[in-house]
Amino acid sequence: MTSAPPGGRGEVGLFVTCLVDLMRPSVAFSSIRLLEAAGYTVVVPEAQTCCGQPGYNAGDTRSARTLARKVIREFERFDHVVVPSGSCAGMVRVHFPELFVDDPAWHARAGALAARTYELTQFLVDIAGMTQAPGGFSGSVAYHDSCAGLREMGVKRQPRLLIDSMPDVRRVELRECEECCGFGGLFSVKYPDISGAIVQRKCEHIHASGAYAVALGDLGCMMNIEGRLRRTGDGLTQVIHVAELLAGE
Amino acid sequence: MEIRSMHFVDRVRERLDDPELQRNLKRTRGRNAAARAASLGGLDDFDAVRARATEIRASVLRDLDLWLERFEREATARGATVLWAHDGDEACRLIIDIARRHDVRSVVKSKSMVSEEAGLNAALEAAGIRPVETDLGEYILQINDNEPPSHIIMPVIHKSREQVTELFARVHGTEPKTDIEALTREARERLRPAFLGADMGLSGGNFLVAETGSVAIVTNEGNGRLCTTMPRVHVALTGIEKVIPTLDDLATLLRILPRSATGQAISNYVSLLTGTKHDGDADGPAHMYFVLVDGGRADLVGSDFEPMLRCIRCGACMNHCPVYQTVGGHAYGWVYTGPMGSVLTPLFQGIGNARDLPQAATLCNQCGVVCPVSIPLPDLMRKLREKQVERGMRPWTERLAMRAWAWAAARPWAYSACARAAVRYLCWLAGGRASIPVMGLAPGWTSQRDFPAPAARTFRDMYARQRRGRAS
Ligand code: SF4
Repeated sequence: MTSAPPGGRGEVGLFVTCLVDLMRPSVAFSSIRLLEAAGYTVVVPEAQTCCGQPGYNAGDTRSARTLARKVIREFERFDHVVVPSGSCAGMVRVHFPELFVDDPAWHARAGALAARTYELTQFLVDIAGMTQAPGGFSGSVAYHDSCAGLREMGVKRQPRLLIDSMPDVRRVELRECEECCGFGGLFSVKYPDISGAIVQRKCEHIHASGAYAVALGDLGCMMNIEGRLRRTGDGLTQVIHVAELLAGE
Repeated sequence: MEIRSMHFVDRVRERLDDPELQRNLKRTRGRNAAARAASLGGLDDFDAVRARATEIRASVLRDLDLWLERFEREATARGATVLWAHDGDEACRLIIDIARRHDVRSVVKSKSMVSEEAGLNAALEAAGIRPVETDLGEYILQINDNEPPSHIIMPVIHKSREQVTELFARVHGTEPKTDIEALTREARERLRPAFLGADMGLSGGNFLVAETGSVAIVTNEGNGRLCTTMPRVHVALTGIEKVIPTLDDLATLLRILPRSATGQAISNYVSLLTGTKHDGDADGPAHMYFVLVDGGRADLVGSDFEPMLRCIRCGACMNHCPVYQTVGGHAYGWVYTGPMGSVLTPLFQGIGNARDLPQAATLCNQCGVVCPVSIPLPDLMRKLREKQVERGMRPWTERLAMRAWAWAAARPWAYSACARAAVRYLCWLAGGRASIPVMGLAPGWTSQRDFPAPAARTFRDMYARQRRGRAS
């Protein structure tokens, strides 16, 4: 099941996430490239699906628990689990243990997995010690901190460090980069008016930054921002996942 | 106050379409958040103070009845009377009784959100007693036909100076004044006779100190001081959860409350009021009452929602909320707004009366991060969503979609078939374009933005193909 060439630093399990699987496979391929460049062997468990976050946030705890057990079973054999999404990583790290507070056996398993689960750039910098991103990309890039990556996982410094290591990338400041983009999962569909007004503000800041591309670490937020940019007539500003940016072509 | 939260979606639309409100929201946006951030530097260890404040509030709630009894004992020993109100209506009745007993014709009020909960002004007026709001913001709202506040500590944050200029000129019949100082002076001139003539002062209470039976009031205008010392009768109206054990605890909470609220190291006034006027005292009321309201609070003790009772009403959560800052406080439809309102309103007014509030949040957790007493607001909103699901309050389309997704995601074969079909469908909709402008299945999404087109195949298909290629 491993991707060639086998890395010498051991195996990591890649949790692709359902949105990446469905919408943007290049994010997963870029993640594999980055992890391999860091010397790891990447394993992609085939039966993986979704972390259960949509149901969890909608108040459907029962189905969230079912899916959490599935993820735990599939990934608990790895020393490290890497997720190219701050919010799905946050689901495993923060919310899986909460789901099983009344179930000691599963609580322990959830806690053990949570402790070994990382957002992609967090793993690359904090665990793998990567200081130089392998990809080539040229242009100015603004980085947006997606909420769960920032506030649940503590991802802030890591993507910036790697972006700054790329010789042809100029990172520009994005005003209110820690403010929510207004995605919020089903929120964006249930309350489109509010969500639209919030993402509009984000797009205005992106334009004001003058960046050629905006990079971020969560596909939901990417689709929200890209969709709004396109809707408002901006066909140019690239919306790129940080994995795609760092791995480059 | 009558609840209108069931009309949230319509109220939001109206407010998004109100250019003046949108301008005002933009102008004030981020201001309090920036002030808060700047002021935290004045604390040598914010996290430690926050942890201490959290523990003080949490420990009180563990023995709420005992602390309230202690408070009642100490306050009574100092000449005050402590009355308990089951709900807002009872609080109004008790206060009207007090007014009648002491022959009160007019009441000066400093800020009290519980008074808004109870609809006290309307009740007083119906009883022939004239209430006068003396907090400048509340005064503005009162003369604007009793408009409700849109923020718990800055009740008129939704209004521009120009709107106040116009309002004062119209109601006071004076020349329009644009300068804030002149406007404030004009309000003062109106309020002075009210202070001098009032028989009763009504205040809220930021904290009730159990060991001394005192109420602590945090204000910036000094009106609280006048309300509580000049009239013969002082009534402090607040919620039962506001009790804290000691003056030391008060000192800790005062280090974090004004900083979280307005970014001040300390508010302009902190009043600590204890008992009635005694011989030799320069001022103070001859009669002092506490009206402590349950209003749904006691039921939360020991429940999943107990952490919400730690709230010290600083407003930081709304000052940092992307939704609040986009739609303003009135959209929420009741006394409490923003994230804390989205939790409190359904708990106090019935989950069914405020279904949208806990749903209309992105769960970005800015609120949870800034809350000075560490209330996990997004978790509590999620718990309220759970309650809605348990009680069958969600629309059938949402329930069906959730169940179908959970069913498929638990079965890899079904999931991958669905994923493949979804990608094919979306690619067909995109028809070669980079994004989809209209999508029947999620009209909410495409009413505001395009839906980016997916790649031609799912990752799992591409990956399997690649690996087969390598193997052969
Ligand atoms: S919930 Fe927290 S942040 Fe919001 S008003 Fe209460 S104490 Fe302040």
